[in-house]
Amino acid sequence: MTQPLTILGIPILSFVIFFPSVGALILLLLPSSRTHAIRVTTLVVALITFAASIPLFTAFQVAQRGMQFVERVPWVPSLGIQYSLGVDGVSVLLILMTTLLSAIAVLSTFSAVTERVKTFMALLLVLETGMLGVFAALDLVLFYIFWEVVLIPMYLLIGVWGGQRRIYAAVKFILYTVVGSLLMLVGILYLYFAHQAAFGEFTFDLLRLYDTPLTHGAQLWLFGAFALAFAIKVPMWPFHTWLPDAHVEAPTAGSVILAGVLLKMGTYGFLRFAMPLFPDGAIAFAPWIIALSVIGIIYGALVAMVQTDVKKLVAYSSVSHLGFVMLGLFALNPQGIQGSVLQMVNHGLSTGALFLAVGILYERRHTREISEFGGVTKAMPVFSALFLIICLSSLGLPGLNGFIGEFLILLGAFRAHPWVAGLSATGVILGAVYLLWMFQRVMFGPVTKEENRALPDLTRRELWVLAPIIVFIVWIGVYPNTFLRFLDVPASVLMEQVSSRTTVTPVPAPEYRGGEESGADREGIALLDAERPDGLGEEGGAAANGAHADSVQHHHADGGSPPDAPGRGEP
Amino acid sequence: MSLQLLWLVPILPLLGALLNGLGAGRLPRKVVSAIGVGSVGAALVIALGCFATLLGMPGEERFFAQTLFSWIDSGDLSVAVRLGLDPLSAVMMLVVTGVGFLIHVYSTGYMNHEKDYGRYFSYLNLFTFCMLMLVLADNFLVMFFGWEGVGLCSYLLIGFWYTKPSAAEAGKKAFIVNRIGDWGFLIGIFLLFVTFGSLDFGRVFTEAPSILPLGGGMATAIALFLFVGATGKSAQIPLYTWLPDAMEGPTPVSALIHAATMVTAGVYMIARCHVLYALAPTALLVVAVVGAATAVYAATIGLVQKDIKRVLAYSTVSQLGYMFLAMGVSAFAAGIFHLMTHAFFKALLFLGAGSVIHALSGEQDMDRMGGLKKHLPRTHATMLIATLAIAGIFPFAGFFSKDEILWKAFSNGGPILWAAGVIGAFLTAFYMFRLYFMTFHGSERLTPEAKGHLHESPNSMTIPLMLLAVLSLIGGLIQVPLLQGGQRLDAFLEPVFADLARVGGAAAHGAAAAAGHGAAHAAHDPGQEIALMLVSLAIALAGIYVAHRFYVKDPQAPHRLAARARGWYDLLWNKYWVDEIYDARIVQPIVRLSNRLWKDVDAAVVDGAVNGIGRKIEQGAGWLRLAQTGYVQLYALILTVGLVVVFGYLALR
Repeated sequence: MTQPLTILGIPILSFVIFFPSVGALILLLLPSSRTHAIRVTTLVVALITFAASIPLFTAFQVAQRGMQFVERVPWVPSLGIQYSLGVDGVSVLLILMTTLLSAIAVLSTFSAVTERVKTFMALLLVLETGMLGVFAALDLVLFYIFWEVVLIPMYLLIGVWGGQRRIYAAVKFILYTVVGSLLMLVGILYLYFAHQAAFGEFTFDLLRLYDTPLTHGAQLWLFGAFALAFAIKVPMWPFHTWLPDAHVEAPTAGSVILAGVLLKMGTYGFLRFAMPLFPDGAIAFAPWIIALSVIGIIYGALVAMVQTDVKKLVAYSSVSHLGFVMLGLFALNPQGIQGSVLQMVNHGLSTGALFLAVGILYERRHTREISEFGGVTKAMPVFSALFLIICLSSLGLPGLNGFIGEFLILLGAFRAHPWVAGLSATGVILGAVYLLWMFQRVMFGPVTKEENRALPDLTRRELWVLAPIIVFIVWIGVYPNTFLRFLDVPASVLMEQVSSRTTVTPVPAPEYRGGEESGADREGIALLDAERPDGLGEEGGAAANGAHADSVQHHHADGGSPPDAPGRGEP
Repeated sequence: MSLQLLWLVPILPLLGALLNGLGAGRLPRKVVSAIGVGSVGAALVIALGCFATLLGMPGEERFFAQTLFSWIDSGDLSVAVRLGLDPLSAVMMLVVTGVGFLIHVYSTGYMNHEKDYGRYFSYLNLFTFCMLMLVLADNFLVMFFGWEGVGLCSYLLIGFWYTKPSAAEAGKKAFIVNRIGDWGFLIGIFLLFVTFGSLDFGRVFTEAPSILPLGGGMATAIALFLFVGATGKSAQIPLYTWLPDAMEGPTPVSALIHAATMVTAGVYMIARCHVLYALAPTALLVVAVVGAATAVYAATIGLVQKDIKRVLAYSTVSQLGYMFLAMGVSAFAAGIFHLMTHAFFKALLFLGAGSVIHALSGEQDMDRMGGLKKHLPRTHATMLIATLAIAGIFPFAGFFSKDEILWKAFSNGGPILWAAGVIGAFLTAFYMFRLYFMTFHGSERLTPEAKGHLHESPNSMTIPLMLLAVLSLIGGLIQVPLLQGGQRLDAFLEPVFADLARVGGAAAHGAAAAAGHGAAHAAHDPGQEIALMLVSLAIALAGIYVAHRFYVKDPQAPHRLAARARGWYDLLWNKYWVDEIYDARIVQPIVRLSNRLWKDVDAAVVDGAVNGIGRKIEQGAGWLRLAQTGYVQLYALILTVGLVVVFGYLALR
């Protein structure tokens, strides 16, 4: 790639991130009464955003280390704040999932949201910008702004379009997350000054802050501050109680986005910020995080099992599934990390689809009580088939996406902590219990309530809402390598980051798969490691040499390397 | 036929499943039947062709592998979707496609009145696909795919009549109990990967003897965890409780999945992993003991059940116990032999029972049958053959396979395991002839409705019965004991189990025994073998004699006995109350715990702490409330102003 990718002259990442907001502005020009036009416009905007994000996937160089599609513009130079974006394999997958789920969420609201449609759609689009920004920001201030931008629309979506106890749920949501993010802000500022103290320059550039030397104690505190913010977002047990309330009150599209994307901001935060910035903290806290993950897996599944409200059941199942994600991340080996990231995507698809299915039922019956249903399959056979596939995906049936993620996570965890993995694997049993029991009570059995006898089956639009997700559920299950390819390099980079700067014995260089990576490449990395113990490469190198990226540059790949250099490791 | 076509064997049924699944409710019945039966029939033809090709190759070279695509590549883990054909998987492939094909044909008659005809065939084809993936898999993960896939199909087919609460419940129970077993399988896979760095059969089984010390902890752990998986799938103690309930499914499903094929997957898995088990004598002993115990235990429950399908279900559990007993005494080939003959006669028994049920418009209670011999002549004749086969009467198929297991149990395992097997044989002969006499002989106890409906089944059902009857009659002849050159199945499987010789030491004995011929076998006294054979034959005949006394000569005798031994009768009738014990001791406590976690811990402790902190702050600092306007816009403003102030300070400092 010699030319940076652009769309209409705008660098691709900026386009993808801000196009939804542009769409929101367009919406404001439309009269509120023309609800259909508003809906269609929003859908078109979301679909264009999705289409625009596909080149990120197809043009990405999976074997290359470092960030790609990098954009870097000074923003507040005196403070060292940059508008800087870039993605690695992890971000690409999460961005794609976000653009897909956003479009699907928009389509799902066509019949569900009837009041203040314009505001609702505009908020949804602003929300999308925030989420995409979180996954691409490489500057901590920019990241923090996107992080906070996400909160407001979601707060309003719950608080305005929610159910009976929406105010309580919305306030609980915002209080939990704000408490966490304020601590993180303090952490960011501390890091900022620590970097200045060490290198004499103010910067919020994430890739340079990775190099900041920190004492062991400082790392523990900073990790704690960041981890709290992210743990609340994930949510890890015992910070999870905002989640069921938020989900039960949120409108369907809100739940889809909340579970599908917002929770991943927490796990992504661990992977991109907390762990590589403060490796000592990550290693010191790992046993605790693993313990909380295991508790979350089992606790979430058990509590999900006894729910009487389908939506709450799905919400608690998220606690269990996100426990798996955290477990894989902290296994700190290739399978654990790759499985974890894949499972972030899988959970977005499966749980998003579960919420959509619950929404489809709710629109017909205006209740989510399991006992109000029974025998629905009789009236809605097509829905039943799709709903079952979604449940099977969520419970990790081989051949569907959930299995790949859970298997890799548990394998990774098993290599690190066999007993922990053995215990966590019981979550796989419980997953089958709560989902199939729910399915049995809702979909099977005789029709006991008259209202359920003549429920209409899926409309064409509803079919279009679920079908794309099912396609990905099967695709990831049958041929996950399409997506796992993106995670090879990020997983090894994270392992190096966590092991390199600590006083703990470094783990041996990760094995690359097969013969795809040339020996030369590996040597190149080793060389870089020798120069720069963090192994992070040229971003840091550029910083240390004082080669500030002051001019407006649209770097492709690593900032410092010549744009047409085929690989990093030519010796 | 070129072995390159092997991939079509599983793929054709998958295509059938997709076509019938997507067309469900729209395709005409004839088309559904053509797709459903045709896809499996074509798979059978190709399977036979592959088998013939395999036979044409020299013994040691009978292996063919086909990589379809790479499935999961992550770090040092690399798993491909790869099929492997060797004599063992070939036998399984033929059983699955052969018996499967007959049952598909039978289903066109049995399910003819069914509204969801397309859905039924879609599931049945999907099952065939998954089962073929299971037996043709060349690594543990693809096997696990098939393993859980057949579990899903079992769930779907048991709950086929989903409006019936008991059917939906039974389907779910089957899936969950299987999942408990699969947990063990999964841990076994993890251990294998940690030990071998690969999940490929070839690599694991080749390297196992050099990596794992004989009788070592790792070998034992791997073997036992895998066995946990087998107890779930193959309904052994303690995870057998789902199988009797699975009889809620349509009867052809019971024949195909819950008798002939899926439930034998655990046996196949152990046979496949024989090298690992040979390295873990303790695990083998566990397998043998669990198998023998299950064989006797399930048979005792079968003695008193009234539902014709339930008797057959407990019989299946018991027969599977025999197969595990064989595995446990390292008689791997004998276990596979019994797996095959059992597939013939048990499928026949279920299909025959289905024919009876069909004739009586759904009646399953044997108390309301009797005297059907003259009404259902074909069903009667074929059922009698199957009953003689399972009872182990010479020269029916079951005689040869069961006897070989008993003989190996005696020579490799000792008199106690042998005695358990013989007791089981007696019970089997008794309860099977009880079933036969109660159904076909004695007075007609039919309900008026059933009587009016009574008719022999159509050809689409009786022809599969007759073909299976032929197999049940002559199927044992591929493995005749004592006769020079009579052990054709042993000879065919020999290359598969030959690697046991490399395990060395204590297991070598088992290796030679498994290989079935050669020095170790000849060293045994043929006179002893014949004597034991006569004993078990006599025992089986005794069982038949008692059944005849009880259910033909003196039909009041069972009632008198039940009245005299009320407690024992209740114990067996209630299946030792195991379901109730599991519910009270495991299920209910977990539900109670979960409710407490939700209502007490979540609401009271976690939320309480947060709300409590909130209240404390509110009490302590009332003025803060002034800031809590509830306008988020204001909060956002304050946030922004705060940021500006902080950065402004930093910039100007």
